[in-house]
Amino acid sequence: MRLGVLKKIRVGISLVFLIILFAVFLDFGNHFATGVINGFTWPQFIPSLLKFMTVAGIATSGFILITIITLLFGRVYCSTVCPLGIMQDIFSRLFRKRGKGKKRKKPFKFTKPQNKLRFGILVMTIITFISGSIFLINLLDPFSIFGRLINNLARPVYFGANNVLSGILKEFDIFSVASIEFKGISLVSFGMSLAFLALIGWFSVRRGRLYCNTVCPVGALFGLLSRVSLFRLAIKESRCTSCGLCLFNCKAECIDVKHKEIDFSRCVSCYNCITSCPSNGIYFKNALKPAKDPVFETPVDRTKRKLFTGTSALILGVTSGLFAQKNIKNEKPTTVPTDREYPVSPPGAGALDHFNNTCTGCQLCVTECPTQVLQPAMFEYGIWGIMQPVMDYHASFCNYECNICTLICPSGALLPLKLEEKKFTQLGVAEFIKDNCVVHTDNTACGACAEHCPTKAVHMVPYEEGDGKLKIPEVDDKICVGCGACEYACPTTPYKAIYVNGNAQHVKAEKPKQEKLDNEVDYKEEFPF
Amino acid sequence: MKRRDFILKTLGAGAGVAAGATIGLGGYHNLMGANPGMPQLPHDLVAVKGGDPVTMFDKAMKSLGGMKNFVKQNQTVVVKPNIGWDVPPERAGNTNPNLVGRIIEHCFEAGAKKVYVFDHTCDKWNKCYETSGIEKAAKDNGATVVPGNTEGYYQEVEVQGGKSLTLTKIHELLMESDVFINVPILKHHGSADLSIAMKNLMGVVWDRGYWHRNDLHQCIADYCTYKRIPDLNIIDAYRVMKRNGPRGVSVDDVIMMKQMIVSTDIVAADAAATRIFGEEPSDIGHIKIADNMGVGTMDLSKLNIDRVIL
Repeated sequence: MRLGVLKKIRVGISLVFLIILFAVFLDFGNHFATGVINGFTWPQFIPSLLKFMTVAGIATSGFILITIITLLFGRVYCSTVCPLGIMQDIFSRLFRKRGKGKKRKKPFKFTKPQNKLRFGILVMTIITFISGSIFLINLLDPFSIFGRLINNLARPVYFGANNVLSGILKEFDIFSVASIEFKGISLVSFGMSLAFLALIGWFSVRRGRLYCNTVCPVGALFGLLSRVSLFRLAIKESRCTSCGLCLFNCKAECIDVKHKEIDFSRCVSCYNCITSCPSNGIYFKNALKPAKDPVFETPVDRTKRKLFTGTSALILGVTSGLFAQKNIKNEKPTTVPTDREYPVSPPGAGALDHFNNTCTGCQLCVTECPTQVLQPAMFEYGIWGIMQPVMDYHASFCNYECNICTLICPSGALLPLKLEEKKFTQLGVAEFIKDNCVVHTDNTACGACAEHCPTKAVHMVPYEEGDGKLKIPEVDDKICVGCGACEYACPTTPYKAIYVNGNAQHVKAEKPKQEKLDNEVDYKEEFPF
Repeated sequence: MKRRDFILKTLGAGAGVAAGATIGLGGYHNLMGANPGMPQLPHDLVAVKGGDPVTMFDKAMKSLGGMKNFVKQNQTVVVKPNIGWDVPPERAGNTNPNLVGRIIEHCFEAGAKKVYVFDHTCDKWNKCYETSGIEKAAKDNGATVVPGNTEGYYQEVEVQGGKSLTLTKIHELLMESDVFINVPILKHHGSADLSIAMKNLMGVVWDRGYWHRNDLHQCIADYCTYKRIPDLNIIDAYRVMKRNGPRGVSVDDVIMMKQMIVSTDIVAADAAATRIFGEEPSDIGHIKIADNMGVGTMDLSKLNIDRVIL
């Protein structure tokens, strides 16, 4: 059997995954059916695993298939399904330095595994998760990192390019390309993405899949599993001429040509070795047939550990520095601060506890949200919930007729809500602050909040202290759905006169009561003028 | 065509598209005010009752001597309906799409070179355009649908006659086009009491929050002192939202009134519509202020009105 075809299949599938997921995260998600998006997120290991823990079933069993494949053939996931892995391959293909003679990329060398580091991170991730914190998963899940890289770094560039094009076409009387209003960058999420891009980009250009074999907890877990895989790539000693071509092309730097061994726990199944070997010396060895098993016991490389901790410290330093600069001040001040007891979590989150412990911060919902009300959190959920999506009612408000975020969440942090259910899901309740309201402070009509309210939970009632004609907002808690339209529309600064206090547990809102109107109109009656 | 399809096609077609699109960079030559050379109209105001929007509009135009009295050969026209909300036509939150389509048709029949349709929406703009049915109606009749969703489309202007509103940013199309047709829908409004023709002009400016913050009724009236006010106001009162406006909660807020008001005087048009809604014009803050400021008249007894009952 010609194994070389495996590489072609691998490259084909990986490109489809990368292109589709890139497009979805960039801003093109509304061109795909939710089923297609869910199809491509279905096998993403960590989101799928988390979703399975919330709602077990076929629709959430992607991680089981990936586990079985890993137990059979090794880390196929890392080079076909994982968008972050595929992206690293693209980086190293594009930017890796040329070697001598300039024709070929600089060859890879065999390196020792960073077992203590990679398994240490894996163990820490598992321990913190079991003890109730999703923070490390959120930080390190490769799918979520990929989502954030695209959402926070590529998407603003795309928006900018779109708007430049829109501006040019506008001058030619073409309005088909609408400009996109950019609702701002969440600094924590942006900084983290930038730091990860630097780390991963540098690793991938210098050392191939080093990130996957030192930092990534999914890579480490699959590394353990692939030690017992049924079929493992190996070197046929009888054919090997020790030319080293397989190693030169090995992104995982896991082929020990001297001993004619492959460290399959680090192999990301890219199959470059198979196609580069001039004497067909790479094959799948059946583990059930007796053969000597390589043992990898090596001392930890302390320089890289330092490097990692150093980088993490840098990430934290940079982001907290940026955050400190955030300053909200305005010249026309209202006086009463709007302190939310709880942040407003997205529809489908159900309860804050569930949401915060299940969301990996991939930000797919952020990119899918048509109004951009979903923004990556700064510290609204506390330090452990950074980068999870939060309803930002200063950026926008939740479209009443939309439930897309609940339909595409890969990790089950947001569970599907039918549109009719979503319309009566109370995410929070509007709180009115009379002392900030224009009607009260200026004695003039406003009512922007009530205008925007889709249920008329916020409605205008006669303002007793006014001239008799003025009306002031009032909130009916029972029918408020917490969509934030009122808060977004409220024109006062720096504090709004109406804001939504999140519900720690989403509840069902009552339907607005509607009496029938007298619909009798005499179409022959004379005009009243 | 979807936006991204368009990008792809544009990139593919390259220069071809650009070359085929050199339909002039419209200058701001229309800031001189209402369409010059407008003939004396047979009536100041037309009120029509008892038909569908298309029939009533045809009647009204016949009464006013046809669209050619407002749109000349090769002129560019902006039709500004209310497309504020992501609700279907039955909810009466947006102008009737069939009416918008018919107006565009009349404009082209009168010789318009190009007809633009836009609104600065409250809900997400592309959803409003779609759900309201107005995008389709406009495109089907050959109009160019223009977004108003980002500040880049708006230009700052000075409202010299304004009291509270002296500076505002208005959509550039208004400055570039020859004729401005305002097509509001009559509806209840929680803050402005009623939303009719003057209130509909909040959809041509960028910063509506300023209006809300600085005496809403005064700002609505102030804007009408600006030179670029509508050449024609066509008020859709076919389906009318009687309460919970301007967005409405359900179809239960709506009654079928089957009426239409058409006038070049925006204050008179609003006054007549207020009457058919069942209120007194002098009770509506911005109508009274605009009348006082001399924008138009709310005294309908002084006007030559054509009343058509079908």
